Amino acid sequence: MLGKIFFLLCLSSTLAEQRCTPDASDGYKVRLSIRTALGDQAYDWNENELFLFRATLAFAMRNHINRQEFDVSNIIVCDETPRVSFWFVVTTPLNTSNLVDKENVEEAIRKSRKRINSAFLLTDKTLEFLGIPPTLAAPVNPNTPPWLIVFGVVMGAVGAGIIVLLVSSVFQKKRKTAEETVDEDIEEETRVKTVENGTANEGVYNMTFSEDERFTQM
Amino acid sequence: MRLVLPNPGLDLRIYNHEDLERLEKEQAGDRLKWDNKAQYILTCVGFCIGIGNVWRFPYLCQSHGGGAFLIPYLILLMLEGMPLLLMEFAIGQRLRKGSVGVWRAINPYLTGIGVASMLVSFLVGLYYNTLIAWIMWYFFNSFQDPLPWSQCPLNDNGTGFVPECQQSSTVDYYFYRVTLNSSASISDSGGIHWPIVVSLLTAWTVICICYIRGISTSGKVLYVTAILPYIVLAIFLIRGLTLKGALSGIKFLFTPDVAELIKPTTWMDAGAQVFYAFGLAWGGLISFSSYNPVHNNCMQDAVILSAITGFTSIYAATVTYSIIGFRATEKYDNCISENIMTLLNAFDLPEDNITTNNYEAAFNHLNSSYPGIVLGLDIKTCDLQKLLSEGVEGTGLAFIVFTEAITKMPGSPAWSVLFFIMLLCLGISTLFGNIEGVVVPLRDLNMFPKKWPQEALTGTTCVIAFIISLLFALHSGLYWVTLFDSFAGSIPLLAIGFFEMIAVVYIYGIDRFNEDLEFMIGHKPSIFWQVSWRFISPLIVLVILVFYLVTQAQEELTYLVWDPNSEEFPALASVPYPSWINAVIFLLAGIPSLAMPVYALYRLVFVCCRKKSNPGKN
Repeated sequence: MLGKIFFLLCLSSTLAEQRCTPDASDGYKVRLSIRTALGDQAYDWNENELFLFRATLAFAMRNHINRQEFDVSNIIVCDETPRVSFWFVVTTPLNTSNLVDKENVEEAIRKSRKRINSAFLLTDKTLEFLGIPPTLAAPVNPNTPPWLIVFGVVMGAVGAGIIVLLVSSVFQKKRKTAEETVDEDIEEETRVKTVENGTANEGVYNMTFSEDERFTQM
Repeated sequence: MRLVLPNPGLDLRIYNHEDLERLEKEQAGDRLKWDNKAQYILTCVGFCIGIGNVWRFPYLCQSHGGGAFLIPYLILLMLEGMPLLLMEFAIGQRLRKGSVGVWRAINPYLTGIGVASMLVSFLVGLYYNTLIAWIMWYFFNSFQDPLPWSQCPLNDNGTGFVPECQQSSTVDYYFYRVTLNSSASISDSGGIHWPIVVSLLTAWTVICICYIRGISTSGKVLYVTAILPYIVLAIFLIRGLTLKGALSGIKFLFTPDVAELIKPTTWMDAGAQVFYAFGLAWGGLISFSSYNPVHNNCMQDAVILSAITGFTSIYAATVTYSIIGFRATEKYDNCISENIMTLLNAFDLPEDNITTNNYEAAFNHLNSSYPGIVLGLDIKTCDLQKLLSEGVEGTGLAFIVFTEAITKMPGSPAWSVLFFIMLLCLGISTLFGNIEGVVVPLRDLNMFPKKWPQEALTGTTCVIAFIISLLFALHSGLYWVTLFDSFAGSIPLLAIGFFEMIAVVYIYGIDRFNEDLEFMIGHKPSIFWQVSWRFISPLIVLVILVFYLVTQAQEELTYLVWDPNSEEFPALASVPYPSWINAVIFLLAGIPSLAMPVYALYRLVFVCCRKKSNPGKN
């Protein structure tokens, strides 16, 4: 009796393992690039890590298909290479000779991708499931475009400059009119004096007219 | 025996030396003047050192034989640049007028030279400010992390990137699609692209405000915009030298290739670069010198300015190529890593088997053992030299190569802000000289009512220029800028420069010019200056001009387009210009060049008509 049970168990497991082959129709290839991701702090890939992988995948399957309780034994791994890549298939917990179909496995992995990655301290790029492209992170798009803020600052500075300009030109005009009235008083006095002095100062050579000539005589 | 063309009435049109002394003592006239000598030197330095020093000279230097290019550049700097520079300084300081006024004073028939300078300054100013608008757009967008040109937008179902971005790169996509939204040809105008309009508005407003009262406002702004680029270049130099691969870039730049010196194109390009780098023939330098005191030592200024320009060109080239070296090394390393990963994945080898050190050996071994598989893998060849010589001039350098390099540096937003502020300062300080070369001649030609203040002049010019430069906000704007760059600023400037020298040496008279210099600075210019003014510099400029005309006339005119549907995408496709472009080119290059003879003819006709209608008068 015990022997028969033992024989049946061995048979079912070998049958299931026969379903896990490279290029299996319901399996996926996994590739890990631990040294690329972690450099000096890379861990070695061994049986324990493989066990963790199977456990994580069982967790992902449980999350996806609620009613069924997947176990580590439902994840079958084969064709391991020194690259650290292997194939796996997932069997249903109720009947270990049936495989869970590709779409379900893909969905399950997609849902829990982040958790699987973080269990191994890897990223989408370094823990690859060949055939399941990762959903890309959307580019960061803030609500107010930052360029608008800087543009506003610059235009504000320009506006302040315009106001300073206008105010200073108004001030200059006021000062000029004040000075002109003072100058006029002084001029009246000097004019009286020059009339007295007569021809003493013939006047300064006035250069302003030569600037205005547009066409000089040939 | 000096060859001087007859020029009657010259003494009536210009101040003589006694008048100049008297003007100096009385500080008469409403002409502006510099606050101090430093402001004048900084303005000239700012005008001469422009964006071209960062993105044109390094490319020329590297493509024409690296360190060997410095030989023709420095020789032509001394034989062509310095004499012309001193001539413009001296004539402006002596005659105390802007460019139109100076040529009109020498001989009214020569006013066309001033008009041509003004037209060229205006056309160049239009497209130059568009470049500044693009830089401003990038500057506005640098205040965020991550930088917007480091990401591709996702396509509709979120599984991949937009195909245009996927095939080219994030920086290419950001420049050609997001910033410019460029169409596929110059005839295809598309609509107006609003980000560019906003940037253009900002650029023109900033320039207008800074220059609103002429040099009294712009002179103060220049303290910042002329000095800041040097500081930023120093920061980038220190940062650049600490990056991996910087030295390979600098080595690539300066490795001399003496064989290039024999080619005439090297000397032509060096001469043209010296000419444009000094801002000669734009009229701005004449204007700036006219605000100087009469006894300012302009010879010293010319020598100092030449030295500063030469030094800055080499300095900027070093910084630029250290960053380019860094980017090229990054790309090369990425290429090698990708190849290693491909090989490891294909042969299922453990990760440590192939590293960057033994890549070559491992690749050869695998290739010889399993040639079929290796061939099917489509391994890319990684060539560092090719990466170093990629797209490294003009807008490609600033907006694509440099922005990409900056995204790879830690703390990218800060570096991006610094870089674009430096470019902004370089551009704005050059634009002041440009606007000076437009506004002052317009005033001298009495195009504006006399009672308008300086503010109104500057404002009107800027508004008109803004409206015209909306042409560059179209989807085909990039191609218009390239067109203007190639034709508006090259041939007319050379022609004007040549005629300037002929006018001063043979119409004003080299003897009179020497006496003026003796009056102004106290000693006659040495034999070097005499020979170069009379023969060497005009000859060099004439040779370059003829060479340019001949090469342009022979080639079929093509331009580079960003066309996602072309076969060479993501490389720019070379497409011939449509036929109506020839009319535009004639307008851009021909009208300023022809302004000189046309004006002389017009004046001849006018004077003849006046003589005929007044036969009694002299």
